[in-house]
Amino acid sequence: MDLKVDSLSHRYGEMPVLEDIDLHIESGQIVCVIGPSGCGKSTLLRLIGGLERPTAGRVLQLGDPPDGCLNPLTYIFQDFALLPWRTVRGNISLVLEDHGFRGRRADAIIDDVLARTKLSDFKAAYPRQLSGGMKQRVAIARALAVKPAVFLMDEPLSALDSQTRELLMDDLIGLWLRETFTAVYVTHNLNEAVRLGHKIVVLSRRPGRIREIVDIDTPLGTREIGDPALRDRQQHLWNLMREEALAADRELADA
Amino acid sequence: MPDTSATQPEETSGADSRTSNPPGPPGEVLRPVPFRGGGFAPRRIGVVGWILFTVILLLWELGSRTGVISQLTLPAPSEALTAFADLVRSGLLWRHLEASLSRLLVGWFFGALLGITVGFAIGLFSLARAGMVPLVAAIFPIPKIALLPLFIVWFGIGEESKVAVILFGTFFPTVISTYGGVDNVDRSLIRMGQSFGLRRFSIIWKIILPGALPAILSGMRISASIAIILLVAAEMIGAEFGIGAYVMQAGNLMATDQLVAGVAVLSVFGLTVSWLIGRAERYLLRWRS
Repeated sequence: MDLKVDSLSHRYGEMPVLEDIDLHIESGQIVCVIGPSGCGKSTLLRLIGGLERPTAGRVLQLGDPPDGCLNPLTYIFQDFALLPWRTVRGNISLVLEDHGFRGRRADAIIDDVLARTKLSDFKAAYPRQLSGGMKQRVAIARALAVKPAVFLMDEPLSALDSQTRELLMDDLIGLWLRETFTAVYVTHNLNEAVRLGHKIVVLSRRPGRIREIVDIDTPLGTREIGDPALRDRQQHLWNLMREEALAADRELADA
Repeated sequence: MPDTSATQPEETSGADSRTSNPPGPPGEVLRPVPFRGGGFAPRRIGVVGWILFTVILLLWELGSRTGVISQLTLPAPSEALTAFADLVRSGLLWRHLEASLSRLLVGWFFGALLGITVGFAIGLFSLARAGMVPLVAAIFPIPKIALLPLFIVWFGIGEESKVAVILFGTFFPTVISTYGGVDNVDRSLIRMGQSFGLRRFSIIWKIILPGALPAILSGMRISASIAIILLVAAEMIGAEFGIGAYVMQAGNLMATDQLVAGVAVLSVFGLTVSWLIGRAERYLLRWRS
C-alpha cells in the first residue's frame, strides 16, 4: 500500500504550519522527514495518520493494506506511550484485544514480536523497570503486532542516549532487511535520516514547505557509519537546513 | 545518619589534608567539599506512631491517677476502657456498630459510585462539564449537616435521611477528585489508543480509568473521613442506635467515660478505613512503586 499526500496545508488558528505538501510514500521505502524545530514535521505525521484533520488537501491510500493487517497506519511515539499499569505483554495485548485476539491466538503474535525485538525475557516486566531503549523496543513490538501497512515514527529515538540510539538504529535496519516495511520517519537528527532513509524530505521552517527531496541509493544493509558518500549527503542536508534552523531558533514562539 | 556523615570528614580535614599532601600547589589548604544533598525523602518508620500513641496514653493515665487531670475535665483511659468493656458485655456495642456501619457503608458506597460516574461524565463530556462544575462548586461548600432537617422532611426520620446525608456529603468530593484524575490522564496515552484504533469504551476502561485511579483513591480517603463525620452528626439527631447516638447520650448524662469510649471507637473506624484504602492502593497501584 502506498500513501499519497496531496497538496496538504494546515494552520492552527491564524498561524500556518504546513503549506502545500505533496509527497508520495512508496511501499517498502523509509521516507525520512527532517526540518528545524517547529517546522510542522510532527504535525505532518499526525495528519498522515488521521490523528488531525488538515485545513486543506488530503492524504490518500493507494491500494489495499496487506492481508492480516489490523491497523494500517501505526505510530511509534517519541515518548513510547506505554501504559505504566500494564506489563510488556499487557501493553502489546492491549492493541490486539479490540480485534478479537485473546488467549492463545494473542500469545502467538506476542511471542513472535517479542522475539523479533529481542524482548522475550521481559514479557512480565512493567515499563518502569525498563530502560528507555527497552521501552522503545516494546513500542516497536507493539506496532509490529498489528502488522501495519505503514509505520509512522515520530522522532522514535530522540528520547534516547546516543549509544542506545545506534543500537536501535541497527535493530530497525535489521527488521527492515528481514522483512521490508514502509515507514514515514520524522526526525531532527540528520545522521538517523541518512542511515535509515531511502528518501529524505527536507522541510523549511514554519510554515513548513518541502525544500528538497534527497534520494539515497546506497542499500540500507551496506550503509556504514563512516561512509564518505553518506557523509557528503549529510553535509548537503546540513547546508540546506543550517540557515532555516538558525532563523527558526531566533523566532519568538508566539509570534 | 546524613548529619554524621556530613560532619565526620570535616573534623578530620584540618589535620588530614596537610599531612597526606595530595598533588597541588604547595602551601594551599585542601578541604573536602561539604555535603549539601540528602533529605526530602520521607522513609517509612512503622513503630514511631505506636510509640507516640502509647506515650500519650500513659501520660494521660498517669495525670489522672496523680490528680493533675481532674476527673471532671477528662476521665482516665482506664475508666474509658471500663466503660467500653461494659458496652461489650451488655451486647449493645454490636447493635451500635451494626447501625453505624450499615449507614456508613450504604451512604459512602452509593455516594462514591454516583460521584465517580458524574466525575467521569464531567471529564469526558464538555456539556456535562459546563453544567456540573459550577453546580458542584456551589453545593460542595454547604455544610451537609445544615441540610439534615430538610432531609428529614424529605426522607423521614428513619434510616433514609441519615444515609442521604452521608451519600450527599461523599458525592461532591468524589466528583471533584474523579474529574481531576480524568483530566490528568496523560493525553499522549489516549492519542496512542486512538492511533491503534481502540474502541471508545476500551480507551475509557483500559486507559482513562486506570490513569485516574490514583486520584480517585486519594479522593476516597477524604470522602471516607467526611462520611464518618457526617455519620455521627446524623446519628446525634434522632437515632436510637449508632456510635453517634451513644456518644450523644453519654454527653447528655455527662458520662464522660462513655463519651471517650465512643469517640475512641470512631477513631478506630477512621484508622480501619484508612488502612483498608491503603491496602487497596498498594494492590491496585502496584505498578507504581
